[in-house]
Amino acid sequence: MNFADMLRILPEIVLTLTGVLVMLVDASLPAITPRRSLGWIAALGTTLALWSSLWQLSLPVGTGFYGTVETSPFTVFFHVLICGIVLVVLLLSLDTLPEGSHHQGEFYALIPFGAVGMCLLTSAVELLVVFIALEISSISTYILAGYRKDSARSPEAAIKYFLLGSFATGFLLYGIALVFGATGTTEVYQLGRLIPLATNHAMVVAAMALMLVGILFKVSAAPFHIWAPDVYEGAPSPVVALMSTAPKAAAFALLLRVLYEVFPGLRSAWEPLLWIVAILSMTVGNVAALRQQNVKRMLAYSSIAHAGYLLVAFAGMGSSGIAAASFYAAAYAAMNVGIFAVVTLVGGYDDQLSLIADYRGLIHRAPVLASFLIFFLISLIGIPFTAGFFGKFYSFSVAVGGNAIWLAVIGLLNSGLASAYYLRLVFAACQPPTEPEQPRIAVLPRFGVAVSAALLFTAGATLLLGIVPGQALQAAETGAHTLQIPAPEPAPAALNASK
Amino acid sequence: MAYLSESILTYILLAPLVGAILIALLPDRGKLPAWIGLLTTLVTFLLTLHLPAHFMVGQHGFQFEINRTWIENPAISYHVGIDGLSVWFVALVGLLAPIGILVSWNVIQKRRKVFYALFLVQQTAMFGVFLSLDLILFYGFWELSLVPMAILIAVYGRKDGPRAALKFFLFTFIPSAPFLVAILWLYAHTGSFNFSDLQMLIASGSLPAGALFWVALAFLFAFTVKVPVFPLHGWLADTFSEAPVALAMVVAGKLGLYSMLRFHIGLFPVQARAIAPLLVALAVIGLLYGACLALVQRDFWRLLAFAAFSHLSLITLGIYGLTFTGWDGAIYQVLNHGVVDAALFLLLAILEMRFGTSQIAAYGGLARKVPQTATFFVIASLAMIGLPMLNGFVGEFLILSSTFIGVSHSWAIAATVGVILGAAYMLWLVQRIFYGPEEALALSADGKDLRPVEQLALWPLAALMLVMGLAPSLWLPTIESRTGPPTFRSASALSRFNSSPVVQVGGQQ
Repeated sequence: MNFADMLRILPEIVLTLTGVLVMLVDASLPAITPRRSLGWIAALGTTLALWSSLWQLSLPVGTGFYGTVETSPFTVFFHVLICGIVLVVLLLSLDTLPEGSHHQGEFYALIPFGAVGMCLLTSAVELLVVFIALEISSISTYILAGYRKDSARSPEAAIKYFLLGSFATGFLLYGIALVFGATGTTEVYQLGRLIPLATNHAMVVAAMALMLVGILFKVSAAPFHIWAPDVYEGAPSPVVALMSTAPKAAAFALLLRVLYEVFPGLRSAWEPLLWIVAILSMTVGNVAALRQQNVKRMLAYSSIAHAGYLLVAFAGMGSSGIAAASFYAAAYAAMNVGIFAVVTLVGGYDDQLSLIADYRGLIHRAPVLASFLIFFLISLIGIPFTAGFFGKFYSFSVAVGGNAIWLAVIGLLNSGLASAYYLRLVFAACQPPTEPEQPRIAVLPRFGVAVSAALLFTAGATLLLGIVPGQALQAAETGAHTLQIPAPEPAPAALNASK
Repeated sequence: MAYLSESILTYILLAPLVGAILIALLPDRGKLPAWIGLLTTLVTFLLTLHLPAHFMVGQHGFQFEINRTWIENPAISYHVGIDGLSVWFVALVGLLAPIGILVSWNVIQKRRKVFYALFLVQQTAMFGVFLSLDLILFYGFWELSLVPMAILIAVYGRKDGPRAALKFFLFTFIPSAPFLVAILWLYAHTGSFNFSDLQMLIASGSLPAGALFWVALAFLFAFTVKVPVFPLHGWLADTFSEAPVALAMVVAGKLGLYSMLRFHIGLFPVQARAIAPLLVALAVIGLLYGACLALVQRDFWRLLAFAAFSHLSLITLGIYGLTFTGWDGAIYQVLNHGVVDAALFLLLAILEMRFGTSQIAAYGGLARKVPQTATFFVIASLAMIGLPMLNGFVGEFLILSSTFIGVSHSWAIAATVGVILGAAYMLWLVQRIFYGPEEALALSADGKDLRPVEQLALWPLAALMLVMGLAPSLWLPTIESRTGPPTFRSASALSRFNSSPVVQVGGQQ
């Protein structure tokens, strides 16, 4: 380990130090002092991490720590995305966590710690590091999901997420073990070269299937989606904003890496599998969402459907599919974090107003908030000039380019169907409130500086990705090219020789 | 002036948007949003008038064209331009917008900000549809036009707004799924979203014909739902009876009809020719069916909806007769229909506001009480029926005569029967509302006659009906200098007033 290696994981180091700092300050503050300032420390650290990952673009593409961690435009793209999400979620939590809630210090420490895992997941090129990164990110998300200890649903959500998540990680680990058995290595680049030569074809295919199960669970694609609605409903809304986007983006990055760098030769095997998963996710997600009354459950099913739209991009040829998938992850993150920010503000940290019916008359109670809600929902529908449209556009465009016309047709029909439930919420918010005195308490949201910044940031990103997506798409494409071409043959050999 | 001409289309697109943002930012106090809306739409209307004023008649190709790269890869550009087909559509939307604002002046009492801001966004979307020459840009505005409409129906619906809004949205959003896939397929095989390039490439015959059939069908499907063409009209009646009057009159029909001419017949002349007989049949069925339904309606909004359906079917007949005269007539009739429908919508909205019901049976003998309203209503009805000297006559005559000569005698006769039915339901409506014995409603309610604001909106419309009926030559030369499909282009100069079917002219080349 040397200095050059450290630079390869600079954002992760910054995030770890931030988390540790938050914990130390928390421990040294007197018990009665408000913990809100800790959130600002975490936000500041995340901003630094974001800048440092952007700075990593100036590093030459390559690996560190004996070929286990990579920096490339691909990893930077996802690092920036994840740090951006985490930053917005921190800003959101700053204004919405109740003053006296328990363990605020740990809350602000766990989020950067989780981000370390997610960031590492996107840059790891060694399957055991992948596993460790996945665990780091998962464990903090499990804890965060159960943060509302006074309600019955939140611990239930955490337990469910933990049990099912552990199973899924088990699958992934078993897949890694099998692929190690078949080839004798866990390095991604080596695997990509050895797998076409592997004699035990059945074992490799089984390994791939097991790894896919593990990863598809993390992105909540059908049929591995059962946990999502319960967990989203029970977990605190700011945490849902985080876990419906950042770990998913990281898991999609991992999926891209595994499919395009480890198993590119097995495309004929994984492509039909992903077709089925994509169609199932879109259809199951949208049909189930139609019947939900609880907003967070509805959005959970919607996120399952969006995982399906993203998977459509995998039908694309060459690096175009990777670029489309990366772009979709960013577009989806912008609008989904935004909508959960609105949900947090409307329902409050305690989810007092959780049903669609509770949103009735929102435009009269809180016109600005309602406008944000409608804007994000329109983006989720996929109306042009919003991020949601260009995400779908690129995803389906590469699918059509890859001759998967029926997949695109099914996907777009699904997005037509999806508009029905998004519009239900839009229309509910637009309706005049019926009964003069509402049976439930109408919490008037508090607009602090932090939460306003979070809303403006997500809305701005959603709008910019919809009107001038050129730059983001270019970044995604540059990233895709670095993922597509495995490291040139002589370089790792020289590295091995020098060891 | 030259500077204005260079980027006039951008200004037309941006002006309503600027107004919308202004309304959204300023407080919702009194009639402030309405005044900003009126000012914006008037400015926009003046801008749109710049187009016909500086339009070069007889010059082929697009004018006032702007073509800038928007996104490098995939190659999407901000490409807008107008020709004889779109120039009057743009001006019509420009004209209807201030009238729509005047219509809403007293009707919209609550949340004016939401209404006027979204109304202006709708304007931008509609201008965008008529101006775009890049398929993705076009698709963008096409979809965007749904959103303000759906939200406004949901908020201001008369009885069950959200249900009607959802129906409208799903009916028009789901067909755009195959439409987008078709656009993407074209891009995957040609590498271009540009209208003119695609026109050339498709005409060159390098694309597989079997797939092109489906692509053309996907385009057509999206457009026919929007018009609507029989049997895809399920959303229309609910939308018309629920939508705020201003939106219904601004939106009705134009988008789909324009898109058929530009993007279906314009891009896929061969496929359009193959499917035209089916559409002619559907159009005539729709014409008759809509007229029959209009005859039996008890609610005047629904009557107007089916009347519009019937008239839009007539225009569809003109388009898919595939004759030059038919196209001239169809475009002219869209303009007529816009003007006449706007007047009728406005008058019926006034009646509903004064007397509180849209049930025809409740009215009767109103002519004595509101003579000015009655006069305007009769003029608009006669224009709709197609009385010579008024504008409806010119369009209907062109369409019917071209169908008779160019398509088939029997379809033309059937269509004429539909037009006669149209006279029946309109005159019967006039009779039931304004004449006959005075109903209790007319005696009891203290309905006033037209207010100055309403007169201000109605006079220009009535004047237009007359001028467009007397002097169609002011409009037709511009309409005729449109960019036709590539195979038809050379023929179009020859057969200006010639009704010979294009199918043969095109076939000989």
